[in-house]
Amino acid sequence: MGSPEMVRLEDLRTGRSLTGRKHVLSILVENRPGVLARVAGLFSRRGFNIDTLAVGPTDDPEVSRITLTLDGAVHPIDQVTKQLHKLINVLKIRDMEPDLTVARELALFKVSAAVESRAEIVQFAEIFRAKIVDVSRRALIIEVTGSYDKIEAFEQMLRPHGLLEMVRTGEVALSRGE
Amino acid sequence: MRGADALMEALVHEGVEHIFGIPGGANLPTYDALVDADLRHIQARHEQAAGHAAEGYAHASGRTGVAFGTSGPGATNLVTAIADAMMDSIPTVFVTGQVRSDLIGTDGFQEADIVGITLPIVKHSALVTEASQIPEYIHHAFRIASTGRPGPVLVDIPSDLIREEISYTPPTELVELPGYRPIVEGNAKQIRLAAKALANARRPILYTGGGVIHADAATELREFAMSDRFPVTSTLMGLGAFPSDSDQWLGMLGMHGTRAANYAMDEADLIVAIGARFDDRITGKLSEFAPNAKIIHIDIDPAEISKNVPAHIPIVGDAKLILPKLTGEYRALQTEQERLDGWWSRIRGWQEEYPLTYEPGSDGEIKPQFMIEMLHKVTEGDAFVTSDVGQHQMWVAQYYGFNEPHRWINSGGLGTMGFGLPSAIGAKVACPGEEVVCVAGDGSLIMNVQELATAVTEDIPVKVFLMNNGFMGMVRQWQELFWDGRYSGVDNGTSPDWAKLAEAFGAKGLRCDDEADLEEMMRATLDHDGTALLDVRVSPLENCYPMIPAGNAARDMVG
Ligand SMILES: Cc1ncc(C[n+]2csc(CCOP(=O)(O)OP(=O)(O)O)c2C)c(N)n1
Ligand SMILES: [Mg+2]
Repeated sequence: MGSPEMVRLEDLRTGRSLTGRKHVLSILVENRPGVLARVAGLFSRRGFNIDTLAVGPTDDPEVSRITLTLDGAVHPIDQVTKQLHKLINVLKIRDMEPDLTVARELALFKVSAAVESRAEIVQFAEIFRAKIVDVSRRALIIEVTGSYDKIEAFEQMLRPHGLLEMVRTGEVALSRGE
Repeated sequence: MRGADALMEALVHEGVEHIFGIPGGANLPTYDALVDADLRHIQARHEQAAGHAAEGYAHASGRTGVAFGTSGPGATNLVTAIADAMMDSIPTVFVTGQVRSDLIGTDGFQEADIVGITLPIVKHSALVTEASQIPEYIHHAFRIASTGRPGPVLVDIPSDLIREEISYTPPTELVELPGYRPIVEGNAKQIRLAAKALANARRPILYTGGGVIHADAATELREFAMSDRFPVTSTLMGLGAFPSDSDQWLGMLGMHGTRAANYAMDEADLIVAIGARFDDRITGKLSEFAPNAKIIHIDIDPAEISKNVPAHIPIVGDAKLILPKLTGEYRALQTEQERLDGWWSRIRGWQEEYPLTYEPGSDGEIKPQFMIEMLHKVTEGDAFVTSDVGQHQMWVAQYYGFNEPHRWINSGGLGTMGFGLPSAIGAKVACPGEEVVCVAGDGSLIMNVQELATAVTEDIPVKVFLMNNGFMGMVRQWQELFWDGRYSGVDNGTSPDWAKLAEAFGAKGLRCDDEADLEEMMRATLDHDGTALLDVRVSPLENCYPMIPAGNAARDMVG
């Protein structure tokens, strides 16, 4: 780094703490009792707000994956991951690169569909490549998979038609390539 | 062997010699195994105190302290000590009994989900679900508690599993913990960059914390500080790492720090934070903290870096390894000595203008500051000093003058009243050849005064110097200064008669209310062959100054 003259104090900079975008963290944890409570507890204690959270097994039975999304405009992601790393049961954390990541969420929507408006709803479903998975006299259940934004958009379309209930899994994600 | 015997063997294998605790139904097997174990158990009189004793033991010796409690209330009584150890990064292992595994979740007698209760205040914890895990988890616990950034680890053991027969041979190698890899080395490039930044600083200051003591890096700190004439200040927890009799020492910084230290932070162009965490008692108003400074932050916990104050040059690792490298890099740059002259004359100006002072007492009145100066004199500045929490704690920090690490033992992060006496017992157990004194507050001491019984019964001679102002002094001071003097819940009255209380416990009890007698009575207390308490009646309304009112900036110090 050259001679002392080359490090001028006024040139020193701090890292950026807020990124301003949504982050997907993919966290590998030991598959043991209480690990999710540790992760969730850390978030609530430090005032970090989780937008979505999904937990499930991985190819290794000893390891589970927690995928969570949070807003980098309000939370310093770097601080979040460093705090997570301090949990002994956390093995690996990946802050997924948006361009190199495939992220999907599944949602179920129950809409009260009178016979007259069914055609329109079925049409929406087709556009969004959603599936109608249950039909009863008064209501339909529609299943849709996709990115967070796609599901948001689908919800907006359905709302005026009498959305009764909905459930979303939260995003899960893998990075592309090997 | 039984799980309980394996527990004992595992503890012995980890180098444990002393355990503080109280038995009960769920940990009866543990206490049965203790009978034959090569371990000394010190029977505390309250689990909170057992926990603080384990902390005092760790503070004084750097070794991991151990405390036992039974299930339910035994475990919940440990909670304050666990939280305290977490806040001050004290290496401790807590072993609790739990109800039988088939009763867990049924609200069984003395069942408390202590792992759940303590989740946010432990470095790590585990509930044993198979007997064979008992020694395994103990080995993990010691590794985790004592390495990296130290802290408390809890192992909760159901009473049926600890009776089961298991086979156990102590491990010959370090156990693998895949999710735990503390970074110790320190990035060489960053260290070089830091040295160069220092070489170009005109107003540098070293801001050191308890981490230097945990890292056992006092010698390395001294060498680094003296590689040039760097001014040094420290947090409450870091006192003693750098000698207070050095002319590079500015005194403690923060809420009750010296003006020289706080003003120097305020005007510094480069702050080197070492094992310190920019707590609010240090920074005051965050937006106005050290407005002109670039920050080099050395810490073993990456999460501390840029948590409160963004760092310009972060260096993650062990101060004991990093400081010598930094010293080497810095020396190689061969900076000129005169560079810091201007800075030092500014600092000397503050030191002369604003020394730590107080109005001397008249008519025999004992000023609290005088009491601490006298304690320094009679102990030759060489005692292990514990304290409770309040004004007396701050006065010890300001006036005792610590020159060696590990000798100042107090509750900084959590600020736990009642910490002083039990931690003194723990320190004395760790260092039986040393003089261990507790500077207690009258409000605090009574919170764990039952431990006089422990000290007397277990023959652990500690000396309690009670700074008796009759008030919850620190709170009274805040009510006086910031709440229009509307005193509420701060008058301790005249109960108890402390000297008599000490005598009732079988300790020696003395009382002093005249400055002229203080030295002699302090010496008598120290000379007593056994535990003794000196009730010192100090000025009731003295305030602790200087002070940065909470939420203000360093340059707005008052008093
Ligand atoms: C367990 C606990 N409860 C309450 C407080 C709040 N508090 C801080 S200092 C203090 C007064 C301490 O009084 P004393 O021990 O007599 O010390 P002094 O300030 O008078 O020296 C109190 C109540 C605390 N720190 N810890
Ligand atoms: Mg008091």
